[in-house]
Amino acid sequence: MKRVKLPIALLVAILLVTGPYYATTAPAATLGPVTDPIGVVKVNRGQPIVIAYWFVIAGPDASLGIDTRRGVEIAIDDKKTVAGHPIKLIGEDSGCNAEGGTTAATKLAANKAIVAAIGSNCSSEAVPGVPILWKAGIVTVSPSNTAPILTDPKRGPGYDGYLRTAHNDKVQGRVAAQFVYHYLGLRKAATIHDGSPYAEGLANVFADVFKRLGGTITSQEAISPTDTDMRPVLTKIAAGKPQLIYYPIFIAAGGFVTRQAKEVAGLEKVKLMGADGMFSPDFMKAAGDAAVGMYHSSPDLSPEALGPGYKVFLEKHQKKYGEKPLAPFHPHAYDAAMMIFAAIEKVAKKDAAGNTYIGRKALRDALYATKNFKGLTGTLTCDKYGDCADPKIVIYQTLSADPAKWDPGNNPKKIWPVKK
Amino acid sequence: MPRGWLQRISIVDLYLWAFRLVVLFVLIYGTVGTVRAARYGPDVWMDLLVFGLSQGSIYALIALGYTMVYGILRMINFAHSEVFMSGAYVGYYVAAAFGRSGYLDRNPLVSLLVVLAVAMTTSAVVALLVERIAYRPLRGAPRLVPLITAIGASFFLQYTFRGFFGSGFQAYPEAAVLRGKLVVAGIPMLRTQAVVIVASVVMLLVLYLFVMRTRTGTAMRAVSEDMEAAALMGIDVDRVIAITFFVGGAMAGAAGLLYALVFKQVHFFMGFIPGIKAFTAAVLGGIGNIPGAMLGGVFLGLFESVGPILVLDGLGIVAPYQLRDVIAFTMLVMVLIFRPSGILGERLAAKKA
Repeated sequence: MKRVKLPIALLVAILLVTGPYYATTAPAATLGPVTDPIGVVKVNRGQPIVIAYWFVIAGPDASLGIDTRRGVEIAIDDKKTVAGHPIKLIGEDSGCNAEGGTTAATKLAANKAIVAAIGSNCSSEAVPGVPILWKAGIVTVSPSNTAPILTDPKRGPGYDGYLRTAHNDKVQGRVAAQFVYHYLGLRKAATIHDGSPYAEGLANVFADVFKRLGGTITSQEAISPTDTDMRPVLTKIAAGKPQLIYYPIFIAAGGFVTRQAKEVAGLEKVKLMGADGMFSPDFMKAAGDAAVGMYHSSPDLSPEALGPGYKVFLEKHQKKYGEKPLAPFHPHAYDAAMMIFAAIEKVAKKDAAGNTYIGRKALRDALYATKNFKGLTGTLTCDKYGDCADPKIVIYQTLSADPAKWDPGNNPKKIWPVKK
Repeated sequence: MPRGWLQRISIVDLYLWAFRLVVLFVLIYGTVGTVRAARYGPDVWMDLLVFGLSQGSIYALIALGYTMVYGILRMINFAHSEVFMSGAYVGYYVAAAFGRSGYLDRNPLVSLLVVLAVAMTTSAVVALLVERIAYRPLRGAPRLVPLITAIGASFFLQYTFRGFFGSGFQAYPEAAVLRGKLVVAGIPMLRTQAVVIVASVVMLLVLYLFVMRTRTGTAMRAVSEDMEAAALMGIDVDRVIAITFFVGGAMAGAAGLLYALVFKQVHFFMGFIPGIKAFTAAVLGGIGNIPGAMLGGVFLGLFESVGPILVLDGLGIVAPYQLRDVIAFTMLVMVLIFRPSGILGERLAAKKA
């Protein structure tokens, strides 16, 4: 008797665990005037429409998430109401790592009131998090994920509910490599990534383009994001005698690489270059004076590139938060929010009592159909894999490592492409 | 005869031997490959050795706290990594004040000594408080209980610091005298590394003399030998345990400052990784043994620094430093397979068996 019980208990346990997995692929739902194959959100008359963010708002990379959250908050201030409802913003910290992304997405997925999400910041959060949200029918628009894999044709159906207003790193990596090859005239470079989809993707694109241009990649190294002692890996890099090290990683580890690079024998004259993941005054704190002279690839935030709308945005930002933006993705976050609001207004339907119904798949399709959307970052048009950005990547050089002097465009100074 | 011989071999033994052989083969194959490729000159190896040595001496200083507490209480003080963090963190505020006023560059020696004193005192006091609040009331409870309160204390300290000082990191100011390099006995090294190595050697020596030559040190050794007999001989056991925590905490505080001098960042979560590594170092050297902790720390630092490039590069693995922890912990497993009680842990293991 006992022998039979155990397998049955196991079977029941397995069914209990896996059951919800199959159950969530629910049949078409009809609520009020809307029928949708994934689900319908009902917002009662006078109640707010709930938008969620999942950003990294604590820890060493917090500046990235706070910067984007402010972009969303200003968008909400500007828009005030969507389809006649006020907007409520809720959010989760995603920690800039896979575990944090999973946790944040799981928490948000459990909240049936969420119409759409904005996030994440780091691609390592998006890779496990996006499928969790989409399984719950929540479409998410990222203002700062840049890893190529997220909008790759082979990304899989879990990412069908994913779009981004940030550039794809295929663009950023190419611009960075062209800058190093053509403007700096260097022929030997090394790369470092930290194993995250963002850093690994970007380092690989840079290396591919640089080799295609005719340069040599002396070594492609990797570290872990928690490493502090970079000297051994830098010593190994020094053996290949590169002229430049490209390390598109995050603030904490990037600070260690920057501080320790020139201390390693053979790298005294090497040029350093990072990317948008550590384009922040917090990075100046982490790297100290060693950051002076280094280069960053990052979105162009100058008024010439973004137009008068961005100037107005910056004034609102200054008034609301009393400081300059902390990272480069706030206009992308503003655009992500505005894109979502426009799509909601396109698909929302009202019943006689004034309640609003939003079909989840309809909302996703409306977002994917976004064309010639005038945003802060340019004219956004989404392709069939969710890339919506109008990328304008430029190269900055740091002149002063004082975080108080942070003023993108002047310090770090925009140096390439040069204005004709 | 052959039957008896065969019966004594278990399948586990076979697995163990196969594992040892495979790891040994990989180690030797990789090392030979790297050495034969001769891609890295002697100066590269020398640099890596110095890096490993300075990192290792910081591990050694932290490992002392684990090893001393274990030697006396037979418990792993998992809050020790936060004791390390708190010293570095509080020291930062003094260092930053000196840095802003320019005193750090005018009087580097005095200000560094003041920061060192602050860091050591803070860590020692935090360690004392943890002992008094979280461990002493539970003395005599089953061994698992203080282990769990230790983990609780560790989280408590982390989030207290996070609450007070925020979750971002702080940049340690640099003293001008510590910039640049110097040459010691023909070996070029960074000034900070030289300071770290010298400071740890001095501190370890002082501690060793304290434990071996003073009355308090004798009392500590007696308590670690047999707590009840020591109490019968008139030793105040609670006081000795408090002193142990105090001294171990002070060493962790010093390590915190040295760590901050080398890496120049402090963060509420900074204790976690060095803490785990130092615990590993203590086990590697033979936990409960003071020279063992020093040796274990230095070994681990060297494994981490030299290991990936020496072994993995020869195997043709790209980006070996991503696997640094794998190498370090494989080495730990290897050492423990051949010497289960750690490098110097023999006597203690026999005694407690």
